[in-house]
Amino acid sequence: MDWGTLHTFIGGVNKHSTSIGKVWITVIFIFRVMILVVAAQEVWGDEQEDFVCNTLQPGCKNVCYDHFFPVSHIRLWALQLIFVSTPALLVAMHVAYHRHETARKFRRGEKTNEFKDLEDIKKQKVRIEGSLWWTYASSIFFRIVFEAAFMYVFYFLYNGYHLPWVLKCGIEPCPNLVDCFISRPTEKTVFTVFMISASVICMLLNVAELCYLLLKLCFRRSKRAQSQRNHPNHALKESKQNEMNELISDSGQNAITSFPS
Amino acid sequence: MNWTGLYTLLSGVNRHSTAIGRVWLSVIFIFRIMVLVVAAESVWGDEKSSFICNTLQPGCNSVCYDQFFPISHVRLWSLQLILVSTPALLVAMHVAHQQHIEKKMLRLEGHGDPLHLEEVKKHKVHISGTLWWTYVISVVFRLLFEAVFMYVFYLLYPGYAMVRLVKCEAYPCPNTVDCFVSRPTEKTVFTVFMLAASGICIILNVAEVVYLIIRACARRAQRRSNPPSRKGSGFGHRLSPEYKQNEINKLLSEQDGSLKDILRRSPGTGAGLAEKSDRCSAC
Repeated sequence: MDWGTLHTFIGGVNKHSTSIGKVWITVIFIFRVMILVVAAQEVWGDEQEDFVCNTLQPGCKNVCYDHFFPVSHIRLWALQLIFVSTPALLVAMHVAYHRHETARKFRRGEKTNEFKDLEDIKKQKVRIEGSLWWTYASSIFFRIVFEAAFMYVFYFLYNGYHLPWVLKCGIEPCPNLVDCFISRPTEKTVFTVFMISASVICMLLNVAELCYLLLKLCFRRSKRAQSQRNHPNHALKESKQNEMNELISDSGQNAITSFPS
Repeated sequence: MNWTGLYTLLSGVNRHSTAIGRVWLSVIFIFRIMVLVVAAESVWGDEKSSFICNTLQPGCNSVCYDQFFPISHVRLWSLQLILVSTPALLVAMHVAHQQHIEKKMLRLEGHGDPLHLEEVKKHKVHISGTLWWTYVISVVFRLLFEAVFMYVFYLLYPGYAMVRLVKCEAYPCPNTVDCFVSRPTEKTVFTVFMLAASGICIILNVAEVVYLIIRACARRAQRRSNPPSRKGSGFGHRLSPEYKQNEINKLLSEQDGSLKDILRRSPGTGAGLAEKSDRCSAC
């Protein structure tokens, strides 16, 4: 079980995400997981061996290191990435359950006109509406909460995002106030700031995705209310009109807005 | 998720690149990522443990190392390679979006069977229209990132050479102490190598931008001298404005006649639509 396995899991969720969701997955894997694995783990590799205190007193270095670094940055980031990626599995489970129900109905002979066989059900792209919309929106909400919580924990544990090059430690068994030196503080600060920025970008993407979903829902509801008010049996014409408008807007032309009543 | 993951991601982009783009990709993977992983990481492996200062003062080593090597070469190169590779994903996303639109149009026409849809994925996408702009912007961003990192390297390590000895007097070093860098010559050799590879990539990117611009101008000149034929082959022409207009007209005729009458009656709208279909940016 490593980052590759998480990549496989989340890659599967990619199919049912919105486009902002797909951008989010890319940012997570390239700018956070990859940076963590390729670069950050080497920078923090010698964090305890090269944590040096200006004393020969045995145990002083260990105690001071434990006091100033209760949980290492690397472990916090790994936990953050795991927590932030897992709400997407809620969506995957909901989609799997939805497909399972559809397959069950198909076997009972209920939806034979919609699907040719069981393979067709698996291939169909599931639209984000109804209860899946709520699952998707709650997964995004939880992502935002986890990101914010971890950023706060970081800030709380390390008094900001900057690593000092010298720490003064006076905890038992250190004889008095001793200087302790962190290894590679500048490089660590650079990577901390980079990972925090990536985290902020991911949060903004999640907020944007949530707004997009809300707007899509309101727009769909108002369209449905409008079509029901005007002509109940114009549903087919409305959908064809919408398809045409989409194609026109995709090819860069003006949408045909007039519609004969 | 490591360099092989990035390789898989970018190999997908390879199909939609120009010939120069493919050469660039090979140079990136063979002369930069592979050299980084296989050689540079072992040369810089003991950079801190073998950085020795002529003092027994605890902490002097760490502080002097941090002062002279704020960010290690290896990390800078890893960041540079990751950032330089990512604009290619813009192109991949645009191509995926285009293919999605094509599939939708196929389904609307009634050719929504798996065979036709698979063909959409397999056929080569032409770099024209908005994809041309996306591609050029991605190459420009690559150039920018390369140049920025070369400048950062120059700022942090003036002259690009690795010195053998540095003189350090930061606290808690008691006075000016000599500190010795491990393997300075080998590091200089690899730094120069990576720099040269970066320079070659910059030249390839510039060549690619020039090639794309020349191709676009040539195509535009050709189009002005020969008016475009209505028929095209393959799926590439399906995204052209003329083809899309035809499809829209077909769908319109399937509607009841009243909408067509409205369009016929209002010449402004019809003319506007025809005008837009002639517009083509850099195709």
